[in-house]
Amino acid sequence: MSAELDSLYQEIILDHYKNPHHAGLRDPFGAEVHHVNPTCGDELTLRVQVTDGTVADVSYDAEGCSISQASASVMSDLVIGRSVEEAMEIHHTFLTLMQGKGQVEPDEDVLEDGIAFAGVAKFPARVKCALLSWMAWKDATARAQEDSHV
Amino acid sequence: MIEGLLPELDVIRKDFPILERTLADGRPLVYLDSANTSQKPQVVIDTMVDHLERHNANISRAMHLLGAESTEAFENGRDRVASFIGAPSREEVIFTKNASEALNLVANTLAWKGPHQLGEGDEVVITEMEHHSNIVPWQLVTERTGATLRWFGLTDEGELDLSDIDDLLTERTKVVALTWVSNMLGTINPIAEITRRAHQVGALVVVDASQAVPQLPVDLQSFDEESRPDFLAFTGHKVVGPTGVGVLWGRREALESLPPFLGGGEMIETVRMESSTYAPIPHRFEAGTPPIVEVVGLGAAVDYLDHVGMEAIHRHEQAITGYALEGLAGVPGLTVLGPLDPTRRGGAVSFELAGVHPHDVATVLDTRGLAVRAGHHCARPAHARFGVQSSVRMSSYLYTTPAEIDALVEGLHFTRDYFKVS
Repeated sequence: MSAELDSLYQEIILDHYKNPHHAGLRDPFGAEVHHVNPTCGDELTLRVQVTDGTVADVSYDAEGCSISQASASVMSDLVIGRSVEEAMEIHHTFLTLMQGKGQVEPDEDVLEDGIAFAGVAKFPARVKCALLSWMAWKDATARAQEDSHV
Repeated sequence: MIEGLLPELDVIRKDFPILERTLADGRPLVYLDSANTSQKPQVVIDTMVDHLERHNANISRAMHLLGAESTEAFENGRDRVASFIGAPSREEVIFTKNASEALNLVANTLAWKGPHQLGEGDEVVITEMEHHSNIVPWQLVTERTGATLRWFGLTDEGELDLSDIDDLLTERTKVVALTWVSNMLGTINPIAEITRRAHQVGALVVVDASQAVPQLPVDLQSFDEESRPDFLAFTGHKVVGPTGVGVLWGRREALESLPPFLGGGEMIETVRMESSTYAPIPHRFEAGTPPIVEVVGLGAAVDYLDHVGMEAIHRHEQAITGYALEGLAGVPGLTVLGPLDPTRRGGAVSFELAGVHPHDVATVLDTRGLAVRAGHHCARPAHARFGVQSSVRMSSYLYTTPAEIDALVEGLHFTRDYFKVS
C-alpha cells in the first residue's frame, strides 16, 4: 500500500510541492491564461513570455493538489530557456508518459524531474492534475505566438 | 453499541454484493461515497436482469404479451415511486433521465409561452448551497428570459440565511428553487416554511430532493397545501436504484400549466402535419422510449427501502453521522464544513484537513480501500462562501458501519503522518 503511494508521491514531487519553482505571476508576459479542472476545482493562472522563439519566462499562480502544483513547478523548470519547438517536444513526451497507463518508460534525459510523475500515470483520476499546467502552458504559448505574429 | 443503528446491519450489508469486494492487499472496500451514488442491493440487480431476460419489450405501443408485461412493470414502477414519496396522485410522477433533467424540464418550460412564462421584471430565487444542477438551469433561463436571478446566502454555520427573506420574496418572485438537503454541507432546509412564504407571494417552489429522498422519510401528502412544494426532483441512483432514471414530481395543476418539454412519441394525443395535441400527464412529459428497465429497477429499489423503513434508515444515518462527526473531531487540523449537530443535518460530511489537499487525502484513502469524494462536489459557490476551493466528503448510507467510520478516521491519521503534517 505504501509502496503504491510512494510511487505516486515521490520525494521529488513533494519537494516541488513544498518549494515550487517560478511561482508567482510576473511581468513581462505575452499571454495569460486561466485553466481549471472542472471536476475538482483546481485553478491555475499562467503567464508565458516568448522572446525570439524562446520561452523566456513562465510564471503562475496555482491553487490545487500536490500533483498539480508540483507539475507546474517541474514544467516551468523544463521549458524556460528552451526554444518553443524544443519545449513543445518535451510537452509531447510528458503527455505520452501521462497517457501511458504506467506502461511508458520515462526518458530522464528529456523529462529530468518530470520522470517522477511516471507513477501518476497509474492513477487515472490524477492524470488531469499532472496535465493542468502543461495544457495551460501550451495554450498560453500558442496565444503568445499568435499575438507576436499579428 | 451506538443507539439508532439499524438492528440487522449485517443482514442488510449482505444484500449489497459489492460490499463483499476486497481490494488490493485483501483490504475490504469501505464505501463512503453514497451521496455521489449509492450501491445496489441484489434485489434491484435481479429485478432488472429478470425484466431483461423474460419481459423485455417496448411499453405502451407493443400489442403483444411481452409488451403488456413490460408496460405493467413500468407503470408499477410509477406506482411504487408515487407511494414512496407520498405523491397525491401517481400521474404526478414523471420519469426523466436524472434529477438534472427533471430540474431542467421545469426551468426550460418556464421560459416558454404559458401562464407562468418568465420575463423581464420577474425574479427567480435560489440559494448559495445549491448543487450546480439547481443553479445553472436557473442562470440559463433567467439569461434567456430577462428575468433576474437572486439567492439566499448562508450563515457561518452553513444554514440558509433567512434574515432577508422579506426582501428576497416579493410579488416579483416567480420561482423559488432550493435543495432540501445540501450535498456538501449536509444542511437540512426548512422546506415547508420557505414554501409557505413563497406561496404567499405567488411563487412556484421547486425542490431538489436528490439528497433528501434517500435519507429522510418523504411524504408529500403530509404537507398542508400551502407548504407543499410545487415540484420535487430526485434521482434513482442515490436511492439504491440504477442510473439513467430520475423523477420529477409536480402538483397536477402546476404540471398541466407547463408547455410540453421534449416532443416525440408517447407524449402526443394526435399528430397532424400542421400541429399536434398532447397526452395528459404524466406521458405529456415522457417523449420517446423511456428508461424502462431502469424504472423497473427503481421500483424495486424504493420497495427495498420501504421494507427496511425510511424512519429506521434516517435514524441509522443520524447515528452514523453523529459517530463520524465525533471521530473526525479527534483528527488534528480537521475542519468540518456545515452544521455539527447530527440531528439537524444529512449524512454527507465535507471537511478540510490542514496541510493536505483534498485530492491527496482521497488518493491516500483510496489506497487503503476507502472511497470518498474530493473536489467541489458540484457546489462551487458553497465552497467559495466558506473560502475553500475544495473539500473531502464522506457520505454514509443504510449499509455503513461504525467500523467503517473508524477506518476513515484511522486513514486520516495515516494521511497526516504520510504528508508529515505536524
